[in-house]
Amino acid sequence: MRLFKDYELMSVERSKIVKTMASSGTTGQSVSRIFLDRITAANQVKVLVKIASNFTGTKRHPMLIIDTKSAIKDRNLFSARGAGILGFSILGYDVTYALDEDMQLDFDAVGVFCNKYKDENILLFGFTYMVWEFFYKKLAKLGKQINLENGTLVHGGGWKKLSEQAVDNDTFRRLLKDVCKINRVYNYYGMVEQTGSVFMECENGYLHSSIFSDVIMRRTDFSVCDMHEAGLVQLVSLLPLSYPGHTILSEDIGEIIGEDDCSCGRLGNYFKIHGRMKSAELRGCSDTYA
Amino acid sequence: MLKEYNITYLVGFKKVSTHPLVPYDAQLCEFLNDLSSELRSCTEAVEYPDIMTFAFWCRKANITKYRADFEDGRTRLGLGLVFHITPSNVPVSFAYSFAFGLLSGNANIIRVPSKPFQQTDVICRVIKRMLDNDKYSKIKSMTAFVKYEQDDEINGMFSANCNARIIWGGNVAIKSIRKLPIQERCVDIAFADRYSFCVIDSQSVLELDDAGLEQLAEGFYNDTYLMDQNACSSPHLIVWLGERIELAKERFWSAIYSTVSEKYNLVEVNVVDKYTLLCKNAIEFNSISSFSNHSNFIYRIGMNELPDNTDELRGKCGYFYEYDASDISNVAHIINPKYQTLTYFGVARSSLLDFVVKNRLPGIDRIVPVGRSLDIEVIWDGIDIVKRLSRIIDVK
Repeated sequence: MRLFKDYELMSVERSKIVKTMASSGTTGQSVSRIFLDRITAANQVKVLVKIASNFTGTKRHPMLIIDTKSAIKDRNLFSARGAGILGFSILGYDVTYALDEDMQLDFDAVGVFCNKYKDENILLFGFTYMVWEFFYKKLAKLGKQINLENGTLVHGGGWKKLSEQAVDNDTFRRLLKDVCKINRVYNYYGMVEQTGSVFMECENGYLHSSIFSDVIMRRTDFSVCDMHEAGLVQLVSLLPLSYPGHTILSEDIGEIIGEDDCSCGRLGNYFKIHGRMKSAELRGCSDTYA
Repeated sequence: MLKEYNITYLVGFKKVSTHPLVPYDAQLCEFLNDLSSELRSCTEAVEYPDIMTFAFWCRKANITKYRADFEDGRTRLGLGLVFHITPSNVPVSFAYSFAFGLLSGNANIIRVPSKPFQQTDVICRVIKRMLDNDKYSKIKSMTAFVKYEQDDEINGMFSANCNARIIWGGNVAIKSIRKLPIQERCVDIAFADRYSFCVIDSQSVLELDDAGLEQLAEGFYNDTYLMDQNACSSPHLIVWLGERIELAKERFWSAIYSTVSEKYNLVEVNVVDKYTLLCKNAIEFNSISSFSNHSNFIYRIGMNELPDNTDELRGKCGYFYEYDASDISNVAHIINPKYQTLTYFGVARSSLLDFVVKNRLPGIDRIVPVGRSLDIEVIWDGIDIVKRLSRIIDVK
């Protein structure tokens, strides 16, 4: 996966590239760049809608994005955030942004939105960290409540920063419910290298591979793990046509829980992600300057 | 105006006496030998193989050998005060650095790793306790072990007052320390990033009996996997000489594999790193002729040509480059001043010495048998450290 950070990997003529996506690149890391041609870009959106609507319903709903509009401004160099927002926006209408340019919760806009659709099901989307940091924390700090009883939240983007604050999935759901009464919260797992074919978390708390994607857990000798055995996550997607991204060895550790028999009714492999692999504490005398 | 710095003195105090002693002075040797026995009888210390290696190193028999090598009839005294900046990610190197400074008759301020290592604490505690003995009052007044977070102001303060610095570190670290002013006659010894390789004669591998092969594999394991191939003296490149090289490789690597798979703890990040490096090498180098692996424990990259920047071919945690040569002189072109250790098996050391001298090579300071690459010596990086850290009093 790190190779996308070091090289411009593409499998079509550069002239066919219509869009370049960049990972958000947390804190000082170099960013991955993913090159999309027209058909790959289109397929990503179609598949994202297909997968997500299996959870949110095919009917479109009013949509509240827990982010700022400026995240999607530069259309040439898409960030993973921007791509996620634009992709998921297709599931809804009257798309409203909950945060202003300074990442402050825009109470006026949110208030108007909630009031307008108070009798309808609404859809919310945001990155896990953004939802936590700028939505939940703000409301909790001010002791304010927003009524999103009819809301469905789809969120993703990783738990790295939240696990640093000792917030896990259950805590996230529970505390979020405290401030906005939201019941339906779906996490998804995916990465910018395979935008579109995301893995959604079902009602039982398991991530599901779709017909467009699969996961394989591997041991340190790269043999395939047994079910319930934690290993390195290899991600498989049908979508990439313009770059070598069909199969990617991630840096996450996960565990297959079962196949075709999740009580939510969805077929395919379902699994859990345990987090990032432990970073190296290499021995040696390479650096004194720390 | 004096500023208070956030420095922890694990041993000693701010005030360090800078009156030197004669190198290998009897009390210095005795102190190190006592340290050796104290460590070997300390229940906390015996748990750590790296502390035990150090304890074994500083015992009397070894130091006496160094002393005999050192004697040349001249009279010397230590330079005064040595400031040591030791590796932050190796727990025990600071102790060797201290021993070098001490043996050369100097007072020492040793910056220990700021990362918390049990080994650091154990060694410092033992030294502190020993220094409370009156017979070591002189050494006590000459010794301080300090710990602080990376801070150039503190490094600068110690640098300004010392007569020599020993700097262990990557090139960036050394450059940055070098910017800090020192006294005009201050001596800098920088143990910078180096590159090392290995030469093996295939016929000799094929002639080994099973016990000999196992011993070779152990030795190679210690040179490489023991420090994740991350030590300056761990080889990355293996040059094969002789006939029937393919057979010899097969025998050699099977033996390595059985040792490694038994002893080495390979974790996820290692295999991701190795696999990523393999992909990068495949993208960047045209001279790769083959790849083979023994599970994920051993990655082998065959090279049909060695580029001038071969010292950038660095594997970690069991990742090796291999090159078949009809003669060792075929690799003379890759040697630059970065090359430190050449480990050998089945090759006459005189021919390797000739290789360096006759070709007037700018690198390779050390030629040792496989298995001894990590042995630290008072002659390191081509420098006789004790002589460098002392001065001759020339009498006519």
